[in-house]
Amino acid sequence: MPIHDQGYRRYGGQRAPRGRAWAVIAKAGIRTRLGQRAFLALLLLSWLPFLVRAVQLYAAANLPQAAFLAPTPGLFRQFLEQQGIFVFFLTVYGGAGLIAHDRRANALQIYLSKPVTRAEYVFGKLAILMAWLLLVTWVPAILLLAVQIAFAGNVEFFRGNLYLFPAITMFAFLEVITVSTAMLALSSLSTSSRYVGILYAALLFFSEALFGVLRLVAGNTRLSWISVPFDLNQVGDAIFRLPLRYDTPWPLSLAVLILLVAASGFVLERRVRGVEVIA
Amino acid sequence: MPDSEPVVALVNVSVAYGASVALRDVTASFAGGAVGLLGPNGAGKSTMLKSLLGFVTPTTGRMSVLGLDVATSPLEIRSRVGYMPESDAHIPGMNAVTFVAYCGELAGLPRVDAMQRAHEVLFYVGLGEARYRNVETYSTGMKQRIKLAQALVHDPDLLLLDEPTNGMDPKGRDEMLELVRDLGHNKGVNLILSSHLLPDVEYTCNQVVVMDKGSVAVNGPIASLKQPRGQVFELRVKTRGANIEAFIGSLRAAGLDCHATEEDVMRVFVPGADGARRLFAIAAAEQAQVRHLRPSVPTLDDVFASAVGEI
Repeated sequence: MPIHDQGYRRYGGQRAPRGRAWAVIAKAGIRTRLGQRAFLALLLLSWLPFLVRAVQLYAAANLPQAAFLAPTPGLFRQFLEQQGIFVFFLTVYGGAGLIAHDRRANALQIYLSKPVTRAEYVFGKLAILMAWLLLVTWVPAILLLAVQIAFAGNVEFFRGNLYLFPAITMFAFLEVITVSTAMLALSSLSTSSRYVGILYAALLFFSEALFGVLRLVAGNTRLSWISVPFDLNQVGDAIFRLPLRYDTPWPLSLAVLILLVAASGFVLERRVRGVEVIA
Repeated sequence: MPDSEPVVALVNVSVAYGASVALRDVTASFAGGAVGLLGPNGAGKSTMLKSLLGFVTPTTGRMSVLGLDVATSPLEIRSRVGYMPESDAHIPGMNAVTFVAYCGELAGLPRVDAMQRAHEVLFYVGLGEARYRNVETYSTGMKQRIKLAQALVHDPDLLLLDEPTNGMDPKGRDEMLELVRDLGHNKGVNLILSSHLLPDVEYTCNQVVVMDKGSVAVNGPIASLKQPRGQVFELRVKTRGANIEAFIGSLRAAGLDCHATEEDVMRVFVPGADGARRLFAIAAAEQAQVRHLRPSVPTLDDVFASAVGEI
């Protein structure tokens, strides 16, 4: 057989069962980001608050003078709230281009010409962003709980606050799912990640500013539901059994978040297609 | 799938983008081997390929690919089909070998096999030396080649190639056509080559489906479509004044088909025998001087021009 004829051979090997394409997409997306130093630096930076809290827990457990630093359920709620800033930056940096770049490069028709469903594509992309966001919310918060047990040398605090593990899990996943689906939907609307990032930031800041104005006009905080970050705060407080900070009933805030996820799903269903039809 | 069964079959398929109808009640079948899907821009070729992949849902009709119904088994079909889109398309931020291997993994190949196949097909399409370069730095011709590589990596039973020579320089175009021909003739891959370029289809394919305005105009083996059912002549005349239109009108009125070529000669199709005598008679009646008359053989150009009414 001539050498040039050996260049293309039929494939006789195994093929993976269908339904795993989302994992291939997620792994590739995660690998790509891990190769970017700036992204890694942001990830490392987002773990600094964890270190500070770990030192606090160590001091509370080992230094009698630092007894005032003793852990409370509020500490974990506070920690997750502080991580909000890193959630924001990671969402913009790691999420804005997830679909926008594919749309710019016409990659959707490559993906969807393979045995990949639109749902698998979206879940794969969603998994990339969720993985990063859980890495700076749920993972450090749970580790903090483990660190507290380790430093205290007993499970008294954990046993007394058994709801903390599910509360951390519920809040972290609620925040991550809401933010990720919203960013993914925005990313599907444009071919420019820069524009998507600006749009995301503008929507957050505008809704917060609008609430600030309405709060002054109305003299109460019943309209906090118009801002997604405030909805997350309100539902977060309810999950952690803390006093609510706004007058809005928390089920209303939760309903707004669910509505946002549903609206994002609708946008993704409309935008993620193999062919863009402009009728 | 039995050998006698067509690789692709469409029955009364209509596709509309809003008010614009792209495919009108198309019934066609594509046999195995290399089949050309020929037609001018806007004829519905790309829409047909996208419908076969399930990107576009027909308003009416049924389609099958490799014996599988497009409506009920789209994923199974896509795992056995390779698609090379017309427009520039790649996964951003990847080098060529990573991109092609990734496409293999998406198609269900294990990671190690996908990487091995990626190297092989990149060498096959002539990108072996450039396989570690980011795809975004590729030239137009290289991007065409990598689109072919990603379509081939999972070893499809059917390749759908949408205008594979678009934007390529003459040398690159020849090499791409050679690859397509090799795949269709020597490597046992069924392929449908969508193109508006007759020479591309004629060089690479055995069969052709000619489309025009969303319908199938002609369908069959190229050799049989080129079979003479009359005589073809190359003709150049000098008419009195500039009345060439009147002369062409007379030819058509006499039942003769003619179309212009790139040179100043026209190709005239004369049904039946005694063609030269009839042409001279018409020229005499129109007081036109016959400056050049040479018998010719029918080409795919004639079939295409006749099918789409391009005179």
